[in-house]
Amino acid sequence: MSQKVFEPGIAAGRLEAEAYAAQFSDLHPPLDPHEALVAADRCYFCYDAPCITACPTDIDIPLFIRQIATGTPDAAAKTILGQNIMGGMCARVCPTEQLCEQACVREAAEGKPVKIGELQRFATDHLQQQGKHPFERAPSTGKRVAIVGAGPAGLSCAHRLAMLGHDVVVHDARPKPGGLNEYGIATYKTPNGFAQAEVDWLMQIGGITLQNGSALGADITLDGLKADYDAVFLGMGLGGVNALDADGEDKTGVLDAVDFIADLRQAKDVAEVPIGRDIVVIGGGMTAIDAAVQAKLLGALNVTLVYRRGRDRMNASVFEQDLASSKGVRIVTQAVPVAVIGNGAVREIEFEYVDAEMKGTGQMLRLAADQVFKAIGQTLQGDALPALEGRKIKVDGAGRTSVDGIWAGGDCASGGDDLTVTAVAEGRDAAMDIHMALVG
Amino acid sequence: MADLRSNFVGIKSPNPFWLASAPPTDKEYNVRRAFEAGWGGVVWKTLGIDPAVVNVNGPRYGAIYGADRRLLGLNNIELITDRPLDVNLQEIKSVKRDYPDRAMVVSLMVPCEEEPWKYILPLVEETGADGVELNFGCPHGMSERGMGAAVGQVPEYIEMVTRWVKASTRMPVIVKLTPNIADIRKPAEAAMRGGADAVSLINTINSITSVDLDLFAPEPTIDGKGAHGGYCGPAVKPIALNMVAEIARDPGLSHMPISGIGGVTTWRDAAEFMALGAGNVQVCTAVMTYGFKIVQEMISGLSEYLDDKSMTSVDQLVRRAVPNVTDWNQLNLNYVAKAKINEDLCISCGRCYAACEDTSHQAIAMREDRVFSVIDDECVACNLCVNVCPVEDCITMEAMTPGTTDPRTGKVVQREYANWTTHPNNPAAAAAE
Repeated sequence: MSQKVFEPGIAAGRLEAEAYAAQFSDLHPPLDPHEALVAADRCYFCYDAPCITACPTDIDIPLFIRQIATGTPDAAAKTILGQNIMGGMCARVCPTEQLCEQACVREAAEGKPVKIGELQRFATDHLQQQGKHPFERAPSTGKRVAIVGAGPAGLSCAHRLAMLGHDVVVHDARPKPGGLNEYGIATYKTPNGFAQAEVDWLMQIGGITLQNGSALGADITLDGLKADYDAVFLGMGLGGVNALDADGEDKTGVLDAVDFIADLRQAKDVAEVPIGRDIVVIGGGMTAIDAAVQAKLLGALNVTLVYRRGRDRMNASVFEQDLASSKGVRIVTQAVPVAVIGNGAVREIEFEYVDAEMKGTGQMLRLAADQVFKAIGQTLQGDALPALEGRKIKVDGAGRTSVDGIWAGGDCASGGDDLTVTAVAEGRDAAMDIHMALVG
Repeated sequence: MADLRSNFVGIKSPNPFWLASAPPTDKEYNVRRAFEAGWGGVVWKTLGIDPAVVNVNGPRYGAIYGADRRLLGLNNIELITDRPLDVNLQEIKSVKRDYPDRAMVVSLMVPCEEEPWKYILPLVEETGADGVELNFGCPHGMSERGMGAAVGQVPEYIEMVTRWVKASTRMPVIVKLTPNIADIRKPAEAAMRGGADAVSLINTINSITSVDLDLFAPEPTIDGKGAHGGYCGPAVKPIALNMVAEIARDPGLSHMPISGIGGVTTWRDAAEFMALGAGNVQVCTAVMTYGFKIVQEMISGLSEYLDDKSMTSVDQLVRRAVPNVTDWNQLNLNYVAKAKINEDLCISCGRCYAACEDTSHQAIAMREDRVFSVIDDECVACNLCVNVCPVEDCITMEAMTPGTTDPRTGKVVQREYANWTTHPNNPAAAAAE
């Protein structure tokens, strides 16, 4: 073990150089062809299968698994991608244990669902690694659609619209497309540049122009887009991060977990990403888990994830919680931050334990912290947006906003879980509605 | 503890599990390993007249797989032994000398003339072998030369050759039958007329296991071509069971001892063959898949089963199911059953629903919350739902109590037995009146 793991403060290269590759390799290594056949054979080909109902994009799971089982993984991929153009990413990041695999009848029968996520990856990888794009663009309609946000919602919407013959321009504030797929997901869930490869593959449909570094409110305006295009789809996600509401929050070392995750994803060499010896992550969702686990993988000695409610209320699935525990992350619940302590930079953070009704108990907890990662939810940014519902853009089932000609989907829109797969479904469905509005 | 010792037409073995004439019994080395593993006997791979045959130098086998490459069916195009006669005879003698308590039966196939039989039988007798099995079943290669199945498909030839053999040897003679015929009883009767001591069945079934869809050639493929082979393994067991039962329940053949062959893989398969009339069983594909050690499971399993049934010897099992094998027209039409789904066991896959709704009688209801139930008004008790259900015992067939009314027909279930022969819809029954 490198002595550097004990070094106080923030430092890069805490682990032996060769340890990083293993630490950040694929969480679930891909199935080999025989493993895929065996896994596929376990599918019962249920009638009106519960897994399909559980999938936000309604992928015909029994059909694609049967296509794998009969030696036609590319046909399986087409079944998947026809419903979910980001089926490759979803196969890697979907909380399948809460969706399709939870609904699998073999979960009910023996607690061991069919490995739907891994089979989906087997099929989509098989097709995409050959560079094949199985969809064709319809003749041009001459209609132009602007999309804000090149994340899962925006790209899903763009692909469907392009396929239907519309010309699409996608604006994104970041330097690279992909949205949270590129910037917001743990490195070990999508290694080897998969997010960009998927975008490149998706773009093969043609008819889509990407404009990166083009931010709504700064480089483009909603009014401008509305004037220049036949329709607008908003899928820019949630750009802001909620505040801790604790004293001393402005001290250095108190960071947004999404930024830490993004920096890690963009790092040329993860060994060069500095990390504190003592880390505290605040929050209970996927972002909190991704930040905590990756802090540990980078060599942080002590990583504590603190959540204000009980485990059962955490947005992170049990699988994710167990993953964090297995990597050595300590999970503390029923505690809220009250003060960040330190002279300029954070040294410690103090919490108060709360009861089930979130009332303070007077019992305190102090944790040493070189860095504090906030993962307590993100917020919609921007003004002059269509009407909101709560803190998100209000949409109907087809993604229509309060403004005629403007649709929205993904994390910035109301309804649905903030999942990649939900965003893909919303982008696709909005595209179909836009298509009907433009040509119907 | 039940006594597994077997006495099949005077041939004694410590258990009723023999290895069939096939690659596993082609050489002394293999047979010694088999006996060390515990096999009760072997039928030595078929001997012929020198010069020995030659085999192809490409693949001899093709396979059908289930999940996880579980071998379900095997096809082969291997011929009889391709080693000189005298090498085989010396090895047979050597093994029999060292394992006197095991059954040593020698399979034979020579041209369909009396002289070759007269020549080979004394040579076999001289080895100390316990009996011979006449290979009238091999469906590939040898049959093109007028031997194997070419004999087995013509009852007159079977009778003729069997008679020659009986006339030339004191050893018990088992005639191995090919299933590639219309009615298995005809060759069995011919063997009986010829004086056979027993029949063994089935030999392999003509088959093409698969087609290479890139080469457009049958598999196994030899230099771009393929020939039909003989099919065996678990997949053929139902065919073999029926053929064994057909002989066992035929009044004219019921005394004919049967050595059961065809997909025997476990003790349970062996017990089923024996219940349908086989005095012992012969195994091949299972050992070619798993090795000789499986006999340990067969011995312990059959022994435990016999104990459970309070049977003290294998003879008490033989033919136990034969009286219950009948013709369709003898089945009780007054027996009425209904499928019943156990909701506690049901995992809501809906396969029963798809099968019944799409392909059968629309007798299963599906609720919004995926609870499935049988509609007795429509259920004809076909059993398809039971067969497709992935959960054992989740769907069962429940007999209706006599006196209750079948909601499907509106008729009261009768206690009395009644079959098709007396049914009013049967024109023959009406004509008989």
